[in-house]
Amino acid sequence: MGKAIGVKLIDELGRRHDGRLPDQMRPVKMRINVLENADGSALVEYGRTRILAAVYGPREPVQKFMALPDRALLRVRYHMAPFSTEERKSPAPSRREIELSKVIREAFEDIILVKYFPRTAIDIFLEVLQADGGTRTAAVTAASLALANAGIPMKALVAGVAVGKIEGQLVLDVDEIEDGSGEADMPVAYAPDIEKITLFQLNGVLTREELERGLDMALNAIRELVELEKRTLKEEYVSTEEV
Amino acid sequence: MTPGDKLPGDVEAKEPYVVEINGVKVATTIGLLDTSGEKPVYIPLQSIYVPRKGDVVIGLVQSVGVVNWTLDINSPYNGVLPASDFLGRPYNPATDDLSQYLQVGDYVKVKIVAFDRTRNPLLTVQDKGLGKIVDGKIIEVQPSKVPRVIGKKRSMLEMLKKETGCEIFVAVNGRIHVKCPDEDRETILILAIKMIERQAHTTGLTARVQEYIEELKKVKGVE
Repeated sequence: MGKAIGVKLIDELGRRHDGRLPDQMRPVKMRINVLENADGSALVEYGRTRILAAVYGPREPVQKFMALPDRALLRVRYHMAPFSTEERKSPAPSRREIELSKVIREAFEDIILVKYFPRTAIDIFLEVLQADGGTRTAAVTAASLALANAGIPMKALVAGVAVGKIEGQLVLDVDEIEDGSGEADMPVAYAPDIEKITLFQLNGVLTREELERGLDMALNAIRELVELEKRTLKEEYVSTEEV
Repeated sequence: MTPGDKLPGDVEAKEPYVVEINGVKVATTIGLLDTSGEKPVYIPLQSIYVPRKGDVVIGLVQSVGVVNWTLDINSPYNGVLPASDFLGRPYNPATDDLSQYLQVGDYVKVKIVAFDRTRNPLLTVQDKGLGKIVDGKIIEVQPSKVPRVIGKKRSMLEMLKKETGCEIFVAVNGRIHVKCPDEDRETILILAIKMIERQAHTTGLTARVQEYIEELKKVKGVE
């Protein structure tokens, strides 16, 4: 990480260091049903960022005292594998991982219909297998797919993407290099079907106009991501039909 | 349909698989919208079994307590089977050892007597046909696929019984108890049920399952 020295992040033609245009996503891949033991699972890739999500529940919470009398307890664990980064990451949960677990949980608290399953727990495990920027937003996308795959009732599908500012220009879906040397980073998660922003963070400085334009870019990209989520979920059933 | 998809206002469906958000009915799971009937019907492809009073379910003994057994009934809530109910007589924890009657791993056919959102379901075996399951096999399917295994007017279930000669009991929590004359028929039946589970969302399933069973019978050399 740190500032990339001598690397031009946007060239004269407006292309980014990996050849993308400012409002272009990295190639996105989604798969569901990747784990046998979990009730629902998903694997999501944003370029080189790769996240595995597993969902369990609703089930009796392991620690019964944690159960809530009127709704299901939602637990999220965001974790980076020791091999996910260039330098080994200690497997112990860091301050950052605890924070991200919390913001991702909050992104789903109003989406999952927790009130139908009082005194139970729903567990979401998010494992970053390879980190290349945008892990929290890819994790939100993976969690949303895994929840739908597990059959847990939810108001809508959610997806996330980050908008950054590099060399004075707004760019969509920042990767590690851009994040390390950019001026701002704004991860957003959104549920297009119910028009609700469920996660919004901003690191750095943006003008009001930039923020509004950046948010528009993110929401448009998320609409496409959710469409892809829906296609992924439907394809699973079409493919079994042909057995 | 996927979570968040809007449904017609007169759709027939149960909560929580369809909820109303800002006056619009919305699907909350992956499902199908059947528009062939008078009213559109939403069929969830996945569901979570929530116990209801009067349901007959098959439970798996999870732990043996001092005065009761805890049963996994394939639901977010574990069932409680009191010892006095199972034994049918007053019961003294000092003299009776519950693990003599039911052990961890035993299957029991039980009825749900009471369940509300504050307490775990209370179970009973005091009715016809209920009690410990001592023979046959248990097959698990997703609870949402149970109506398909039974079929319209029990058509699928009757067909399975006729074709394989097995006794079949389908519990609403997705556990199916089968008793077969021999192992070959049992294998055929299990494969057929697994096929129903995989293709539950397709049409013309009964006929296809029947064909599949006949094919398997030829391979196995069963009459």
